[in-house]
Amino acid sequence: MSKFEPVLLARINKPDSTSLAGYRADGGYEALKKALGMAPDDVTTVVKDAGLRGRGGAGFSAGVKWTFLPKNHPGPIYLCVNADESEPGTFNNRILMEQDPHQLLEGIAIACHAIRSSIAYIYLRYEYGRSYRALDAAIRECYAANLLGKNILGASFNLDVYLHRGAGAYICGEETGLIESLEGKRAWPRIKPPFPAVEGLFRKPTIVNNVETLCCVTHIVSRGADWFKSMGVPPDPKNPRDPGSYGPKLYCISGHVNKPGCVELPLGVTARELIDVHGGGVWKGRKAKAVVPGGISMGFLSADELDTPLDFAGPGRVGCLGLGTAAVVVVDDATSMVDVLYNCCRFMSHESCGQCTPCREGTSWMTRILERIRSGDGQIEDLDLLYEVAASMGIIPGTTICGLSDGAAWPVKNAIKKFRGEFEDYIRSKQKSITPAQELMAAH
Amino acid sequence: MSTLSDELQERIRGEFAKYPDKRAATLPALHLVHDAHRHVSPAAIEEIAELLELHPAEVHDTMSFYNFFKEDAKHGLGRHRVWVCRSISCMLRGGEELLAGLSQRLGTKPGERSADGRVTLEFAECLGACEGAPCMLVDDECHMNLTEDSAAALIEKL
Repeated sequence: MSKFEPVLLARINKPDSTSLAGYRADGGYEALKKALGMAPDDVTTVVKDAGLRGRGGAGFSAGVKWTFLPKNHPGPIYLCVNADESEPGTFNNRILMEQDPHQLLEGIAIACHAIRSSIAYIYLRYEYGRSYRALDAAIRECYAANLLGKNILGASFNLDVYLHRGAGAYICGEETGLIESLEGKRAWPRIKPPFPAVEGLFRKPTIVNNVETLCCVTHIVSRGADWFKSMGVPPDPKNPRDPGSYGPKLYCISGHVNKPGCVELPLGVTARELIDVHGGGVWKGRKAKAVVPGGISMGFLSADELDTPLDFAGPGRVGCLGLGTAAVVVVDDATSMVDVLYNCCRFMSHESCGQCTPCREGTSWMTRILERIRSGDGQIEDLDLLYEVAASMGIIPGTTICGLSDGAAWPVKNAIKKFRGEFEDYIRSKQKSITPAQELMAAH
Repeated sequence: MSTLSDELQERIRGEFAKYPDKRAATLPALHLVHDAHRHVSPAAIEEIAELLELHPAEVHDTMSFYNFFKEDAKHGLGRHRVWVCRSISCMLRGGEELLAGLSQRLGTKPGERSADGRVTLEFAECLGACEGAPCMLVDDECHMNLTEDSAAALIEKL
């Protein structure tokens, strides 16, 4: 393979990375020009041929999703940009939006041309103030330069892009939760079908794409599907349902490493390489005990699973839920897995929308069981109880509307299976880890 | 007399053009009022509902879901809002101790306002700044790689 050249992060940390002038000086909006010279369906075909899979967590083919829109629809068709990044450990989209907002806007414009949409909403999590300011300024620049508005670049293509700020709810990252929230309601995910491509925002056909996914679209149009497919991991011949994992990916590295950060690499790098080469190794000379492969919903890799390639299929082969957001969080060997799991469960219980009983009750009872264990009153049977609750909730046993529940159950299932000995020792020795800080938090 | 100033009403109406349905302006309207009043009172909810052609219960239903908006003046926001992240990457690098320390220094529990009305301290779930853990959001600006002292100094300057 030829030397890997980052494209998504190529402009990050340049002095003029956010302005339109800077973006254009680096060849910006040439891909849009090229796309506008193509028929919309041809743009979709290129994206489909590239094998671009959604970068937000589910990994569904972006091009195929676009083809689910009804043909010859009178419109409007909407694009919703999922910028509600809130999976713990994940910050790649924040970097893209803060530092290179035009890269995203160009991807949005190309996607809207392909799906015949003239309105895009960027659903941005409220906490991303800098992203909001960068995008707001970039959108204004685009209107002034005829890159948004009517007859863009002289073509018969119109597009308005609106920024819509959320209000601190993780569930808005689920695509139909996002749509409900945008419509001004509580963000309760919808029962599917109908999928958003058929009936989405304001009951019209809608495509929801992640920020990084749309940024990839720009580069696929300018460099071609073959370029994209020259990177990554081809389909597993033993798995007919694996479409392969192609292209560059942003990996976030955080937790107990010397050099936390976000790096762009071809899909399929191992967790070990991310930690040792790109994350500067585990801090304080310690060893990794557990590694979150792609946001906490994906579960944990144990220390002997660190050579797992982080492509879409890799984490699943060692019992994790999937690649998720490719946000790697490293836990060192001086940290209790009981505390780590409690943190994951408390997050999910706080963020469960409450609509489905197994998720609402399951997340809260798992948190309470772990609270009891952490106060020194746990029993060995609690571990089986935790596992049973986790195994009874989610789309995978078929008891909930959305995937939040699977994401809440997975860290529990992985932790009990892979670290059971440590949990048993903790309970038997009547260890406690309720510090004053945690006591303060437990009240909430 | 109305609770919402003419200017606020105008800014809420300014949101309508973005959406085919006024109801979609619910969150933008709630943010505008919450920023200005530091809470959204029942009277304000009624006025927002009237502007959006909704029932007040619909606006309240949405608002109460998000756990973001303060509902009464007594528990309203201080002049500044400080969110300290408690999710995994920050927890692993001292986020919970940071929150506890700041809470002690300010004499407030998470979710409450300091006695002088200056600061509301909150815990946050993942702020998406994990490369700079522990981190906190002060109003609209995220600060990374904090110690209790550096965080307290930032709050002191508010």
